[in-house]
Amino acid sequence: MRASTRLALLIGWLGYVLIPWYLPQDGSLAGYPFGQAGTALALVLSGASPWLLPIGLALVAASLLVGREERPWIGRSLVWIGLLGLIAFFAQGFAITLPDQGIPWLAALFGGAGQAQPGMGFGALMTLFSLLLMMCHGLAYRGYCRGDLFTTSAIGIVVLLIGLFVFYPVATILQSALVESDGTLALASFFERLLSPTIWGLGCLGGGTNCGVAWNTLILAVLTGVITTLLGLACALLVLRTRMPGKRLMRAMTVLPIITPPFVIGLALILLFGRSGAITGILAEWVGIPRSRWIYGLPGVLLAQVLAFAPIAFLVLMGTVQGIAPSMEEAAQTLGAKHWSTFRTVTWPLLRPGLANAFLLGFVESMADFGNPLVLGGNFEVLSTKIFFAVVGAAHNQGQAAVLAIVLLAFTLGAFWVQQRWLGTKSYTTVAGKGDSGIPAMLPTSAKVISAVVIVPWVLLTAVIYAVILIGGFVKAMGRDHTLTLEHYRTGFAIDFSNGIFFEGAAWPSLFTTLKVAAISSPLTALIGLITAFLLTRQHFAGRRTLEFTTMLSFAIPGTVLGVAYILAFNVPPVEITGTGLILVLAFVFRNMPVGVRSGIAGLAQIDKSLDEASMTLRARSFTTLRRVVLPLLKPALITALVYSFVRCITSVSAVIFLVSAEYNLATAYIVGRVEAGEFGLAIAYSSVLIVVMAVGIALIQVGVGERKLGRRAVPVPKPKAPKQTARLTKPAVEAAK
Amino acid sequence: MQLKFWLGASVLATAAMFGSAPASAQGSLVMYCGVQEEWCRAMSTAFEKETGIKVAMTRKSAGEVYAQVKAEASNPRGDIWWGGTGDPHLQAAEEGLTEEYESAMNKDLQDWSLSQWKAAKKRAIGIYAGALGFGFNTQLIKEKGLADPKCWADLLNPKLKDDVQVADPNSSGTAYTLLATVVQLMGEDKGFDYLRALHKNVSQYTKSGAAPAKAASLGETAVGIVFIHDAVVFAVQGDPIKPVAPCEGTGYEIGSMSIIKGARNLENAKKFYDWALTPAAQALGAPAKSYQVPSNKNAPIPPQAPKMSDMKLINYDFVKYGSSAERTRLLTKWDKEIKAQPK
Repeated sequence: MRASTRLALLIGWLGYVLIPWYLPQDGSLAGYPFGQAGTALALVLSGASPWLLPIGLALVAASLLVGREERPWIGRSLVWIGLLGLIAFFAQGFAITLPDQGIPWLAALFGGAGQAQPGMGFGALMTLFSLLLMMCHGLAYRGYCRGDLFTTSAIGIVVLLIGLFVFYPVATILQSALVESDGTLALASFFERLLSPTIWGLGCLGGGTNCGVAWNTLILAVLTGVITTLLGLACALLVLRTRMPGKRLMRAMTVLPIITPPFVIGLALILLFGRSGAITGILAEWVGIPRSRWIYGLPGVLLAQVLAFAPIAFLVLMGTVQGIAPSMEEAAQTLGAKHWSTFRTVTWPLLRPGLANAFLLGFVESMADFGNPLVLGGNFEVLSTKIFFAVVGAAHNQGQAAVLAIVLLAFTLGAFWVQQRWLGTKSYTTVAGKGDSGIPAMLPTSAKVISAVVIVPWVLLTAVIYAVILIGGFVKAMGRDHTLTLEHYRTGFAIDFSNGIFFEGAAWPSLFTTLKVAAISSPLTALIGLITAFLLTRQHFAGRRTLEFTTMLSFAIPGTVLGVAYILAFNVPPVEITGTGLILVLAFVFRNMPVGVRSGIAGLAQIDKSLDEASMTLRARSFTTLRRVVLPLLKPALITALVYSFVRCITSVSAVIFLVSAEYNLATAYIVGRVEAGEFGLAIAYSSVLIVVMAVGIALIQVGVGERKLGRRAVPVPKPKAPKQTARLTKPAVEAAK
Repeated sequence: MQLKFWLGASVLATAAMFGSAPASAQGSLVMYCGVQEEWCRAMSTAFEKETGIKVAMTRKSAGEVYAQVKAEASNPRGDIWWGGTGDPHLQAAEEGLTEEYESAMNKDLQDWSLSQWKAAKKRAIGIYAGALGFGFNTQLIKEKGLADPKCWADLLNPKLKDDVQVADPNSSGTAYTLLATVVQLMGEDKGFDYLRALHKNVSQYTKSGAAPAKAASLGETAVGIVFIHDAVVFAVQGDPIKPVAPCEGTGYEIGSMSIIKGARNLENAKKFYDWALTPAAQALGAPAKSYQVPSNKNAPIPPQAPKMSDMKLINYDFVKYGSSAERTRLLTKWDKEIKAQPK
């Protein structure tokens, strides 16, 4: 048995013998090691929890293998010990929960009929970890994944985490679509709901009534996906491939919408383009365009979503455009291709993974978006708001919500499938071990003009919106009373210095919780996301596609449904964490993980496998390869994952609106309350503060992670000779054209 | 291995930072609050000051609280559910999610408060009332050359086409109150005729019940049908909006309070329940910009509050229209006969 397996076993014993097995009530250790805060061993010996005995037996069996020479049967035994231990662990956990719940026959089998147990705590967590590692190590001994302990363990951990925090809650909520509250199967009402005309109706084609909510959502998501991808691409090309002035400013500006709390863009759009909005007023007075309510409905929601999500596409495509090896484009030009045909035949095809990922993100984001349709939707209904109100509205129809969630899920997964088809099995490798000293080609003029024409108005609109948001916090009532005031900031963020420092403002507690949750969950998100991406692209194991599919699942599930699912799944033992800060962290990690995975996959697709293989040939293990070779090249992906999850922790509403508790309230939940109460001033002021906080956070992340060094020549300062060279190069082509 | 341990360690560290279950020791109370943040805060701090019991308060809309209480039913986290429109409270009572209680304060309460208590079979009690009505934007109405609307019938004026907002009764208790009010006031057939005619003037069925008041105060719509106190909030702020109690008569909501079944701090929940019915506790609404009418006869009525005595109130049947069977029937009918119709 190898040293690391022994260490894993030690962790298991610590968790079983020393650390309290259950989650302590009130954080007290009363009654240690028996009673409430008892350890598993003490509870088994005293006869209080006999169902924990099989888990201990698994640890004993594993201990018998310590010190033996490595033989095939050791690996086989370890696999069985780990597997049986895990089965015993989960079986007792789900069988014995609250009084009168759980699985009675299984509980009786464990000798705990009619008994109850609280949620699992640190002891259980450590033991679980140990059992899992033993199974994975056993598999590695048997030669799985080239016998690499790190790979098998990482796969095991990722699968367990996704199973527990994505699949299990989602299954819980979907179960409520199929099963009535009394436990009987209800297929008839399920299909009746699923095929209802409110979902699939086509009334809008014939005129008059509204279309089904499914079509609305689909149209909106496709439009958002396409427009955000194109904007993101135009923007990335302009920033990286032109000498356009003001690039840095533009780069900063396009990132602004991403760090804006939801509701705020919608609110600003209403203040600008609503019937009494500022721009509407100007247009009505100067140009004579009558005031209308066009902003409420598809146009408004689309506008808000494009403003909000195009920056994500931009971030994804920046990485891709940067990663395209200039030498390929140079090769094309050397072979006589003009700018435009180089772009069309070389650059564009290489952009495809980035484009596909950017579209997918925009599409899925739009489907899951909740804040903008809520504020600007008008009579244009989409699935996410419909689900929210099916859960919390006057109808209180959880079954309906689950059915709608299934439709939403089907759309998202469909998009995922189409994306896979489009990319096919072509190679997109551009970062290879061979030296690449090319200079990125400049954009052809026509593409430059098109990009600029699209981007400049968009950036201007963004600027105006942010002016509204910035000013809104400092005036009494935006649009009505423009007296300057600090009142909103004083209400939210007053600090009393008279007696030490006392954070008096109403917004402080939620701000502190938000920052704490974001600071903990974003590194975890990035870590789990990138490791998963590495496993998915670089390792071959059974169930790889299924795993990839499951990672997208939590992203496809709208936040509202995920929130309710988390409450249903984690309010009862074995995992009892509602009302804690931990549930917020977990919800964020597993909701944002897909972005880490997607950007990791897009980044890894560009890095030649020969780099890993060279590292492996030099006898580095896969962890070393990951750390020394892959991670440094993945810095853009790492930044994307960190920035995105940090920002999403601060800005998301729907996923957490059910999960916030009195003790752990979040900034967005607080802002939504302010908006509901009509206190736009405070809401906008708080949002401005959040924007500043996120900007600082992003800057820290970028400085902390640093840039990827690809060993390419920098774009040289334009020399006087340059035009001559170009002329010489293109001369033959010009002559040929004659 | 290093990375793996780092992962494990950070999970543990996270768990250690947040893992402790919410305090449920004696001397605390978990309150789900269904009114505006400020009022919620005022209530929880006042109670904390008076009794020394630590209150952990979460503010959510009535529907959200209901959804949460239902989701947590097998392992309740909350103790008391204070505020929010009465229907979800009745629904929770019907499903046995809340606890029966009879307070010594009952003798001082208005009749409508006690009738809510009887309708809920002792499981919910009225703490404030608010009448349904509408708010109109004075500037927009003047621009259109209309007289100030005073009655339900005035809202059918063709000049108000696409200029009335009301919430969708499927998502909002306010709008369901309108539906039930119109049916009780005019009879079911005439009531639906009215709603059908109103449908032509409605630009948008909003999601949230109070949203039309906000839209009217911003000038996004000329008329918003809301609870009158929701319009008063904006009028007091100085917005160009005027609240109206319709001349034909109108229905009302009874904001309620329930003790959650299986509450971990049952005794404290009862203490809060008794305290919340005292005149002093009920006087906390007005300073927090909530202008509902309190249920204790001795509590002062805020001067800005719409005077219930000056309005024509219908005899609202909370038992019938609060039951889930009648609600589902009316909502299905509304969906089919009103919302699905072209304008």
